[in-house]
Amino acid sequence: MKERLTAAMDKIGLPRLIIGLFLIVFCVGAAILKLPMSMLLSDMLVRFGMNAVLVLAMIPAIRAGTGLNFGLPLGVICGLIGAVVAIEYKFSGLTSFLVALGVSIPLAVLTGYLYGLLLNRIKGQEMVVGTYVGFSIVSGMCIFWLLAPFHNPEMVWAYGGTGLRNTITLESSFDKILNNFLAFNIGQVQIPTGLLLFFAFLCLLLWFFSRSKSGMAMHVAGSNPRFAQSCGINVNKMRILGTVLSTVLAAVGILVYNQSYGFLSLYNGPLMMAFPAAAAILIGGASLRRATIGHVIIGTFLFQSVLVVASPLFNVIVEGSFSEIFRGIISNGVILYALTTGREE
Amino acid sequence: MALLEFKNISKFYYGNQVLKNVSLTVHKGEIHGLVGENGAGKSTLMNILFGMPVIHLTGGYEGQIILEGVPVSFRSPAEAMAAGIGMVHQEFMLIPGFNVAENIKLNRENTRANLVSRILGPKLRTIDVRKNRADARRALDRLGMALDETVPVGGLPVGHMQFIEIAREIDKENSKVVVFDEPTAVLTESEAEQFLKAAQKLAAGGMGVLFISHRLDEIIKICDRITVLRDGEVVASLSRSEASVEKLAELMVGRKISRLTVAEKKSGSQKPILELINFSVDMPGERVEDLSLKIYEGEILGIGGLAGHGKIGIANGIMGLCPARGTVLKNGKQLPLGNPMRMLNEGMAFVSEDRRGVGLLTDESIELNIVVAAMQSQNRFLKRPLPFFTLEDRAAIREHALKMIRELDIRCLGPQQTVRSLSGGNQQKVCIARAITLSPDILFVSEPTRGIDIGAKRIVLDLLLKLNREMGVTVVMTSSELAELRAICNRIAIVYKGRLAGILEPTASDLDFGLMMAGEYEQRGAAQA
Amino acid sequence: MMAMKLELAKNSSVLTVRIRQKLIEMAVPLLFLVLCGIGAYFAQLSPVFLINEIIMRMARNPLLVLALIIPVVAGMGMNFAITLGAMAGQIGLIIITHYEINGITGLLVAALIATPFAVLFGYLTGKLLNRAKGKEMITSMIFGFFANYVWQLFFLAFVGSIIPMRNEKLILSTGVGLRNTIDLAGIRQSLDNLLKIQVVQGLSIPVSTLLVVALFCVLITFFMKTKLGQDIRAVGQNMEIARISGIDVDRVRIYAIIISTVLAAWGQLIWLQNIGTLNTYGSHVQVGLFAVAALLIGGASVTKATIWQVLLGTFLFHTLFIISPVAGRNLVGDAQIGEFFRVFVAYGVIAVALLLHAWQKYASTKKL
Repeated sequence: MKERLTAAMDKIGLPRLIIGLFLIVFCVGAAILKLPMSMLLSDMLVRFGMNAVLVLAMIPAIRAGTGLNFGLPLGVICGLIGAVVAIEYKFSGLTSFLVALGVSIPLAVLTGYLYGLLLNRIKGQEMVVGTYVGFSIVSGMCIFWLLAPFHNPEMVWAYGGTGLRNTITLESSFDKILNNFLAFNIGQVQIPTGLLLFFAFLCLLLWFFSRSKSGMAMHVAGSNPRFAQSCGINVNKMRILGTVLSTVLAAVGILVYNQSYGFLSLYNGPLMMAFPAAAAILIGGASLRRATIGHVIIGTFLFQSVLVVASPLFNVIVEGSFSEIFRGIISNGVILYALTTGREE
Repeated sequence: MALLEFKNISKFYYGNQVLKNVSLTVHKGEIHGLVGENGAGKSTLMNILFGMPVIHLTGGYEGQIILEGVPVSFRSPAEAMAAGIGMVHQEFMLIPGFNVAENIKLNRENTRANLVSRILGPKLRTIDVRKNRADARRALDRLGMALDETVPVGGLPVGHMQFIEIAREIDKENSKVVVFDEPTAVLTESEAEQFLKAAQKLAAGGMGVLFISHRLDEIIKICDRITVLRDGEVVASLSRSEASVEKLAELMVGRKISRLTVAEKKSGSQKPILELINFSVDMPGERVEDLSLKIYEGEILGIGGLAGHGKIGIANGIMGLCPARGTVLKNGKQLPLGNPMRMLNEGMAFVSEDRRGVGLLTDESIELNIVVAAMQSQNRFLKRPLPFFTLEDRAAIREHALKMIRELDIRCLGPQQTVRSLSGGNQQKVCIARAITLSPDILFVSEPTRGIDIGAKRIVLDLLLKLNREMGVTVVMTSSELAELRAICNRIAIVYKGRLAGILEPTASDLDFGLMMAGEYEQRGAAQA
Repeated sequence: MMAMKLELAKNSSVLTVRIRQKLIEMAVPLLFLVLCGIGAYFAQLSPVFLINEIIMRMARNPLLVLALIIPVVAGMGMNFAITLGAMAGQIGLIIITHYEINGITGLLVAALIATPFAVLFGYLTGKLLNRAKGKEMITSMIFGFFANYVWQLFFLAFVGSIIPMRNEKLILSTGVGLRNTIDLAGIRQSLDNLLKIQVVQGLSIPVSTLLVVALFCVLITFFMKTKLGQDIRAVGQNMEIARISGIDVDRVRIYAIIISTVLAAWGQLIWLQNIGTLNTYGSHVQVGLFAVAALLIGGASVTKATIWQVLLGTFLFHTLFIISPVAGRNLVGDAQIGEFFRVFVAYGVIAVALLLHAWQKYASTKKL
């Protein structure tokens, strides 16, 4: 009996189990406290859609064998640059979103390529090096945001100061461009159709890729580099491919996130972006070596939903904003769990 | 009185008996030689003596070990060492950043009390550097080593490291028995000479020495008694006067299974399909040096030799999995080295000796394992829904996998079962299926029967024979088991110290094989012939 | 004749190799020395002010950096989790502030209270890192983040609600949670002022604090010569060999982390008594980052660190810290650029050091 139980536990995974239980308990709590369920549900959908692409960005990195991509901020910065360029030239609506994508994707390809070259020289230490490469680029970019020659008054400090603002509103550009596309209501629950469709579209692309020759090669290179070599696969090339894809998805992911959020946050905004994304995919049941689209969907949904429900619940029960603390404990706790229980090696 | 006695030791690994009633006695002041082929059970016996975790994890052992009349059973190497049993390892247990004295006294340092240690405990006693150096000096002097005890071990020549390990054993006050595992394998001739003298000194000082070596002449030179293990059994225990190199070689090899006589076919053609000229491979632990060899079309060539002598390196080097130098000619055309994709495309396939590490994606399905190499190197099992986009062709993959499962009789629940859950023999069949999916004209197979049960061994060998006879594939089989090489090969090349020692007919005598593997064929074998 | 020439050539090449090696080792500190020089030139600070600031920082910061040495020697890399040690120190401070134990006695009591917490935190960290061998640095970093949130949970939500505590000076007006800043007036500079020499107006030397730092340098040197120190070195060089020689590797690694955490707790006390106010939710956050950066700037690597590197690194890093905002303002007219620059330097130097280390490690495994 006990063995069976542990076997079942292994299959579900402790993080998924705990977060799932949290979600159930919180939902019951919310029902008891008569919190507006429709609003919570709408929130869950939006938060799911806006974060899911960033979580999706973890897949190519894990599949290619470089582990959780803690260098995610690199891609995020590419996305932000794209957005800032689109605003600077006063594009609006869908055009501005497409321009932002058009600028950031090539930039992310280049960044990912260089980052991939770097990761190939430090095999086995990708995560810690990636974290600090990410941190240092983010803090280096702070100087760039401060000095970059942008002029659009929407973005630069109104009086006195130099450089771009900390947060830039997207009202005139691509605010909610995906969320509102074909959006409709079921009762009181609003469905952000465009957002979900866009995510589904990216999942589909990734799924097709994983069944292609390169996709298979990348997967093989990630799961067993020596086996891959014996099949004639160029392992280093596949790791670079995975890093490029991950960086591009991060760039697209932050644009999706921002359009839903309505603001860009520059400077230290991207600093900690990688950790919640990593936590979400781990909650979904992924490990440092294995990740699927299913893990992304389950993990993002569980993690974001728990946060959505927790926040008003905490506000009712205790003073102050504890959802931030709650989020921090969950995301770092889950990553710690993955680091210290890895079956691999 | 016997110093150390093994009494009827038996050991099973997952139902396979690897030691059968092994008994052996080491006396005070005696050097006892232990010889046997790879896999004869020597290392298992030593693992039992030292209480290595692998023994306990696999259900312990039967029989008794008696040290100075007292039955002992060690739970860990540390316990064995505390009881006075030391080991000089094949891989050196030395810390490169520490100096010679620090290494000799590792975890046995002399310490002095100080103010802090009186309060907080002995862990904080000060290391007595001077006394440690003096001890180290004394031990080195006893060995006749002039080595400076204050230099870091890191940059020292390999030979010296061996002596530091011996000095450590000498320095231990309660040392009773020392085990040497292949100590001279890494030494030069003169170092080996010096080492043997040191070993004799140890014995003269009253210790018991257990000496494991493949160099039969050394064994005969210094051992008082010699025990020969074969297939986990003691086949002989001789005194020095009874032993000769020839006798030991013959005892070690023995004859295990008879030749599979399937319509004997002489490799008809004398046309070399593959030729190696001055071929060297940089594979750790299996280095190949300057080896030249011709492989004829349509034959089954066996490559044998003792572990560490480089037989494993040959196929890995050719397939581009390890850095290699020299010339490889396929049908007279020179091939570039270090390019696995090119080798696959030239019609060569490889079944690796490291089945779980290199040979399989253990967490993936049987069908993926079978087709992935052909998909990547030959663009098969793919379809093209768009001109610039390829997708796996699931129908074709399934069809091929089912065919392979049927033809090779892979026992499984279906093509989607993960290979991790298959038995060793069936995993090996999956590896072979992957290789033949490439439709190669040369198939390299390394250690095809390692870790699989007897019945499955026979099936795998039959399969190789069938591939050769019915599909005309040239097979190059590398194996530590001489018996299986002799069972199906047309010719058997023996590798010694990375070089080709000679090529024998499978029907050649045990003595010839034994001598050739011990590197003594030219001196002795030739004389007899 | 030939032989002699050869010998000579060999010697000289050995010499150049040695010089080159030394230069490579010193490259990072030299680079930062140059950076500091350029910064100082543009900052135009008065020498008295600059020297005073540097001396003050050389007194209050090195212990936090010293805390990193032993885990490095133990082969566990940079212990980013000294954040937990800093927290232990702060617990001591919060308690003595609550009970209004002032002066040097207060500081000593705080140290006494902090120590068992630090031992406990160190033990937990060590246990955790033993489960993540080969991934110690990322794990210690994430554990630091994790602990920071637990700290917030505890002092923002539990204190005053679950743990009864009433103290208007400490607790927020709602009755739950500690205030954002806590005034440490009671112990402010109690150690510094124990023995302080005023050289000229605006330049004073906190001799007592400097002596404490010196004492810890001596203690660590002594510690590395004890049996436990030797075991730590052995484990750091090769865990496998150490284990086979009978050293309890896991336990030694836990000891190393406990010592590091305790030193960090005391280091945080020395730092905060100088600053004089505790930023309840911020003081400990960057401790690991800045200590690691300082050590690396001193020329240490992830596998090798000495006391001299601690002192040199603290000096260079904090000089840069003082200078860069002023230099930034003078150069671009914005102090913030200097602020960003020094954070960039802290992260950047860690990234580069980790990169070089991982690179070398990978290259050496490939060569085998």
